[in-house]
Amino acid sequence: MTVSGAAVSNAFPGNTTMIGSPDVVAFTREDEYGLASPDPSTLPEEFSVPLHPLADPNPWAKTSYAKFTKDFILISEFSEQVGPQPLLTIPDDPKVCGTFDLNYFSLRIMSVDYQASFVGHTPGSGYPRLSFVEDSRVVLGDSKEGAFAYVHHLTLYDLEARGFVRPFCMAYVAADEKKIMLQFQELSLRFSQASECLKAGNRRAFAKELQRKLQDLEYTHSVLQKEEGIQREAGPQSMYSAHAVEKANELANVEKSIYEHRDLLKQISSYHRRQRRDPYAVSCQKCVAECLSECEELLDKYAKLASPFSYSQKGLMGEGGDDGEGEEDGDNEDKPSYTPQLIKGKSAKCFDKRLKTLQELCDETFYEATVELLKETEKSFRGELCCLHTRRLDRALRRKHKVVNFLFEEDLDDHESEDEAGRLRPFCAVNHSIDNCVQLVPPHIVLATEAVDMSQAEHPGLVDVAFEASAAQELGAVESYLESSASDQTLETQESSEETKGSFSSDRSGVDQAEKRESSDPTPDQNTDMERESSSDDMETTAGEDEGETEEDRTPVSLLEVASELDACKEDECELVSEPPVPLDSTCCIAQEGFLYEASGPHAVSCREHVELPETLVVNQEPHALLPLQGDYTVGSLSSGSPAAGLELPVEIFGDAVSQTSAEDGSDCTMSASTGSDRAASPVGFGGMATLREKKKAAQSTLRFVRQYPFSMQALWCLLSGRTLVVLGADEGRVRRLVAALTLFVPAAGKCGERVQAWLSCPFTLTDLQRWKLIGLQRIASPVGSSMIHSLSRYSRYISILDVDQKTLRCPPYRGRLLANIADHRTFIRRGSTYLLHIQSTLCRLAAKAFLLAFTHHLHLPVSSTEGPEDVEARRRCFLQEQLGLDEEDSQILLHLGRLITQQYLQPPSTAAAPAFSFNYTTSVLYKI
Amino acid sequence: MLRWFLGGREAQSSVERSGVLSIGEEQPRNCFTELQVLKGHFDIVRFLVQIDDFRCASAGDDGLVLVWNIETGERLQELRGHAQQITAIIAFTCEASAHTALITASSDRSVSLWDPDSGNRVQTVSDLQSSVKCLLGLERLCLWVSGGEELCVWSKDFQLRCLHQKHGDSGVTALIELPKNHLAAAVDREIVIYRLTLSEDSDVSLTKIRCLSDHRDQIRALINVNDRLFASGSHAGELILWDAVDWNNLKYEHILWEESQPGAQSEIRMKAPRPSEMSIQHLTTNGQLILAAVGSGLYVYDLQSKSVAAYRKAAHDSNVLHTLLLSDSELMSCSEDGSVRIWEIQDLPLPAEPASAGFFGTWTFSRSHKQSAPQSKKVTDFPNTRKLELIGDLIGHSGAVQMFVSFGEDGLVTCSADHLLILWKDGERQSRLRSQALFQKLEENGGL
Repeated sequence: MTVSGAAVSNAFPGNTTMIGSPDVVAFTREDEYGLASPDPSTLPEEFSVPLHPLADPNPWAKTSYAKFTKDFILISEFSEQVGPQPLLTIPDDPKVCGTFDLNYFSLRIMSVDYQASFVGHTPGSGYPRLSFVEDSRVVLGDSKEGAFAYVHHLTLYDLEARGFVRPFCMAYVAADEKKIMLQFQELSLRFSQASECLKAGNRRAFAKELQRKLQDLEYTHSVLQKEEGIQREAGPQSMYSAHAVEKANELANVEKSIYEHRDLLKQISSYHRRQRRDPYAVSCQKCVAECLSECEELLDKYAKLASPFSYSQKGLMGEGGDDGEGEEDGDNEDKPSYTPQLIKGKSAKCFDKRLKTLQELCDETFYEATVELLKETEKSFRGELCCLHTRRLDRALRRKHKVVNFLFEEDLDDHESEDEAGRLRPFCAVNHSIDNCVQLVPPHIVLATEAVDMSQAEHPGLVDVAFEASAAQELGAVESYLESSASDQTLETQESSEETKGSFSSDRSGVDQAEKRESSDPTPDQNTDMERESSSDDMETTAGEDEGETEEDRTPVSLLEVASELDACKEDECELVSEPPVPLDSTCCIAQEGFLYEASGPHAVSCREHVELPETLVVNQEPHALLPLQGDYTVGSLSSGSPAAGLELPVEIFGDAVSQTSAEDGSDCTMSASTGSDRAASPVGFGGMATLREKKKAAQSTLRFVRQYPFSMQALWCLLSGRTLVVLGADEGRVRRLVAALTLFVPAAGKCGERVQAWLSCPFTLTDLQRWKLIGLQRIASPVGSSMIHSLSRYSRYISILDVDQKTLRCPPYRGRLLANIADHRTFIRRGSTYLLHIQSTLCRLAAKAFLLAFTHHLHLPVSSTEGPEDVEARRRCFLQEQLGLDEEDSQILLHLGRLITQQYLQPPSTAAAPAFSFNYTTSVLYKI
Repeated sequence: MLRWFLGGREAQSSVERSGVLSIGEEQPRNCFTELQVLKGHFDIVRFLVQIDDFRCASAGDDGLVLVWNIETGERLQELRGHAQQITAIIAFTCEASAHTALITASSDRSVSLWDPDSGNRVQTVSDLQSSVKCLLGLERLCLWVSGGEELCVWSKDFQLRCLHQKHGDSGVTALIELPKNHLAAAVDREIVIYRLTLSEDSDVSLTKIRCLSDHRDQIRALINVNDRLFASGSHAGELILWDAVDWNNLKYEHILWEESQPGAQSEIRMKAPRPSEMSIQHLTTNGQLILAAVGSGLYVYDLQSKSVAAYRKAAHDSNVLHTLLLSDSELMSCSEDGSVRIWEIQDLPLPAEPASAGFFGTWTFSRSHKQSAPQSKKVTDFPNTRKLELIGDLIGHSGAVQMFVSFGEDGLVTCSADHLLILWKDGERQSRLRSQALFQKLEENGGL
C-alpha cells in the first residue's frame, strides 16, 4: 500500500490540501454503448499471458499490514450528535477487528459520502423536502491501516432527524484491494439488496411515524381551536391580548406543520412510484406495492383536511371521526400531551434528544433480515481472492452450458444464477413469493486506467437518441420519471450554483469525474470543474460534452467489465426469451452522467470535508493492481472459441494455482472453507456431491480405483453409457467410498445425487434400476442374500456388477479408446484435485460433443422424404465414427448423453410419468484382475 | 385315445428338461430396448384393455382401474369405485355414439360404466345376485352381456333387458358373439348357444338353442376365429374348432405333452401328465393360426392345413397365461415365471434332420359326427412342422405376468402380479420421436 500511497502523491504533487489517508479508488460506470462486440480476431482473454511477474513476488505481504484478521462488514452511521460512529460489525466478533480502529475507519468511510443529500426548503415549494437519494458505492483504501473497503452509503428517513435523514453506510472491509475491486459488482449487488431491505423497512416505519405525528398535530390543532374559540367568546377585549396572539401563532404553526407533514407523506409515497436510477436497486414489488397503498391510504385520510378553514369546523368533530378511522386510535388517546412546540424541535439542535437506533428506524423484521443477508454476504466472500475468482469463472462458464450442465455439473444455485444472469431478485424480508424479477442492466464498471481508444461509432444513433431523451427529460417537469437526485438537482440549481463547487456526489457521475481527472492532468481538470460548474445551468450542453469525453475513457479493461460484458453477451445469446434491456434506462444513465450533482446545502448533514474533495480527490491506482486485472482473471467471451476450449484453459491455469496451495490429500483449505460455506445452503442429499472438498475426495478415490483395477475403464464406460453399475461388497465403508468415487461419472446424477444409491441391503427391483444408475449393494450370506443374488442374475442384462470383494467386473466388453485417457491405471496424476480437473475437462468435452450430436438435425431426422430411418442411422454412425472418431462402444456414450440431453430439453421439470429406462441386449463378459 | 407326443430334438429337450430356456443377453432381434415402469396398483394387475391408439386401462385385485397414456407413460385417470377385485373389464364402443367407455365388473357384485376421458363413473349397477365373471359388448346392437351365475343382457344405459337364470355352480366363464345374433357361453364343460331376439319395441330375449358338450373338462378359453369358426379349449388340453353358423364340431385336438425319452428316464417319466400341464389357459388367433397356451408350452395350429404348425412344450418355466400372435411368424407369450417371450415360427433349418421326434395324434371329426366319440384315429408325423424359436425375452416383472397388450410399434404393456405395469418400447423409435420433438421445440422457441 505504500506503493499506492506513493503513487498518489507522485501523481499530484501540488495537491497540498489532500487529505492523507483515504485513497479513493474511483469506479465509474461505463455506458452500455461501450460494449462493442469483441473483435473475433483478437486473442480471447484466457489465452493472454498473465503478467504475474510484475506484481510483487510475495502476494501475502501486503495483507500483513492489516490490523484485522479477516474481512468483515462494518455498518456505520454519521450521527448528527456525535459524528461518524460504528454501529456493528459482521461477524460480530471483537477478534475479527483486532486492533483495527473502527471509529477512525468509520470517519473515513463516512467522509466519502457522495450521495446527493439535499435537504431544506426549496424556494418554490416552501415545504421541507425529503431528499430521495440513490445509494452510492465507493471503494476506498486506507494504506496506513492496510484496509480497503467497499463502501455503500444509504440514507434512511427519520422524522426527528435533521433534514429528516440519517446517513448510514455499510462497508465491506478487506485487506486485499484486488478482492474488492474484482468483486465490486457482486458486492454492490449484495449490498444493494441489503440497502433496499433496510430502506423498505424504513419507509414503512417513516410512514407510520408521520401518521402518528399527523394525528398528534390534528389533536393539538383541535385543542387550540377550542381554546381560541373560548377566548373569542370571552370577548373582543381579549382578542388582542398577548395571550391570544400567542395562541393564534401557535395555531398557525400547527397548521403549517400539518401542511408540511402532509406534504412529506405525499413525498414519501411518490418515492415508491418513482423510477429507480440505480440499476442495482431492486426492491420487492409486493413490499413496495403494500407500502405504497399504505401511504396512499394515509394520504387519502389526511387529504380530507384540505384547508385549515374547513378544518376548523372539521377539527372539532374530526377528532371523533378520526378516532373511528385511525389505525392507531390508542396512540391518539395516549398522546394528547403533544404540543405544537414539537414542530420547532425539528429545526432546533437537540443534542439531548435520543436518536432512534437502526432497529427502530427500520422495521424489526427488515432489520433482522438485512443482518442475515449481510451475514450471508460475509460468508460468501470469505476466502482468498483467487479461490473466489476461480469459482466465479467456473460459474460463468457453466452458465454458458446451460443445456448440458445437468450432465456432470451440479446445478447453479437458482438465486445466484438469476443474479448473474442479469435478473435481480429482490431480497424480501417478509418473504413474499418472489416472482417479481427485474431485468438488471448491470452497470459497467471501469477501472480508470490509461485510455484506450475505442470507437463508439457503432451506436451513434443510439447515443443521439439518448441525448434527445435526456434533454427531453430535463426540459420536462420535475416530477417526471427522472429520478429524484436529478430533480433535486434541478431545483437546487435554481437556488444557487455556487454551492455546487466542492460538492461531489452521486455514485456514478462523481466517480466518472474522478476518472476523468485521472486521465488528464490537474490543469484541465480545473477546467472541467469550471465547466461543470457553469454547466449546471445548462445541462444538455454538459451532457453533450461528457458524451464526447467519455469516449476516450470508456475502454480500460477490468474483469468486472468483461464479466458484465459476458453477462450481456449471454443475455444476447441465451436469454432470447427475456426482454432486452430497456433502452430508456440506459439513456437515462447516460444523460445523468453528465450532471454534476451538488449536495450538502447549508443543511446538509454530510461531512464538511466534502468541500475539499474536488481538489484533493485523486484516483488511487495501485500500480500493479491493474496488471492482473487485465489478463489472467478475466473470462474471455466464449463465443470466440469452442466451448470445450473455453472451458479447459482457465481450469488448468487456476487448477494449478489451487492445487499448489492445497494440502496433499487433495482438499484445499482455503477453497473448501469458502465453498463449504457457500454451498451450505444448498440441499445436500444422501450421496450427493455437495462440496468441492467432497468432490476432490471422490476424485482421489477414483484415482485409487483407476490405479487398482485394470478394468476401471470398463466400469466408467458402463456408467457413462447409461448402464447401471452395481457395486457389490460386504464392507459398507469400502462400497460407499467406491460409489462416491464413481458418482463423478454418473451423467445427470441429479442435484442431490438422486440417481445414486450408496448402500442398499435389500434385493433391488426393476424400479430401482430405473431410478438409480449406480448402486452400492451389500453382499450378505443369508436367505436375503440369495434372493439378492437372484435379483442380480435376473436383471443381469440391465446391470454391470462390480464385485469389490472378488475384484471382478461383469459387463459388456469395452474396447474403446475414449476413456483410456481418464482411466489409465498408469496415470501420472497423483492428486485428487488435479485428477478432478482432468475428469471434469474430459467430461465437459464429452458433454459438448453430445450437445452437438443431440442438436444436429440431420443426424436424427431425414433431410429428404426419400430417406428412411436406415439412412439417418447410417449418417449418424458415420458422424460418430468418422467425424468424432469414436468406435462402437464409445459412440454409445455419446448416444446416451445425447439422449439425456434430448430428454432434459424436452421434459418439463416435473412430469407425472416415470422416466424411461433404456438398455440394449448385449452379452457381458467377466473381467478379472 | 390319440395323443400328442411332443418332445423335439435331443438338444432341445435337454434344454427343456433343465427348465432353463435362455437365449442369453445378446438379442439383436428384440426391439424393446426401453422400458417404463408404471406404478399405481396395490395388488395383482390382471387385466389390460386397449381404449384407443394411445390409451389403455389396467385393472386388478385392488379394485382400481387406471387409465394410462402409453406414449408418455402418464397415468391419465384413476377410476375408483369398486370395493373388491375386478373380475372383468371391456372397452365398449357403442356404434351409435362412437365414444369408447369402459365397463368393469367386480367381486363386489357391481358393474360400472366409466368414461375414461373424465374418469367419471357414468353408470353403475350394484347388488347383483352374483358377481360377473365375464363381459361381452355387442357394439352393433348397443347392448352388453354379463355372464356369471346368470346371463344378463343390458342396454348401454344399464337397463336390464333380459336375464337368464342359473348356469350351474361354475356359471358362465366365457362369452363370445356368433353371427346372426347368436351368443356362445362357456359353462363348465359345455358351450351353450343362445339366440338373441330383438323385437320391435326393443325388447330383447335370449333363447337357449344348443348345448355343445364335447369337452371332457372345464372349458378355459373360448374365442372367435373368424366369421365361420370359433374355438374352445379345455382344462384337459382339448382344442375344438366349431362351425360358427351350425355349431358343428369341426376338429378335435387333444394336446398332451409327453416325453419321448428312451431308456430308463422315460420309464420314470411315464406317468399321466398333471392336468395343469396341459390345460389350455389361453387361445388367440389371427384368422390363419390359432395359438394355444397349453400348460407351460405353446401350440400353434394352422387352420388352412388343419394341422399343428409349430409347438414347444416348455416354452416357459411355468404356466403360460397370455399369448399373442404378432404376425404370421412372430408370437409372444407371458407366463407365471415373470417373463415375456418373443418367438418366431421358423422352418427347420435342415431337411435331413428329423423333423419332430414327437408324435401327435388327431381325431378328425367329420361334419356328420358332430357329437360323441372320435371316429377315427391316426398317428401322423408332420414333416412340415416348423419350430418355435425364441428370439427375445423381456425380463422385468418379479411376479407372474398376467397379460399384455400390444400397441404395435408404439410399444407393449405388460401387467403382473408384482403390482406393476411395464411399458416396453422400441428405443430407436422413441429416440427418433424425441429428436423430432426436440427440433420442433427448438423451432418453436426460435433457438436454444
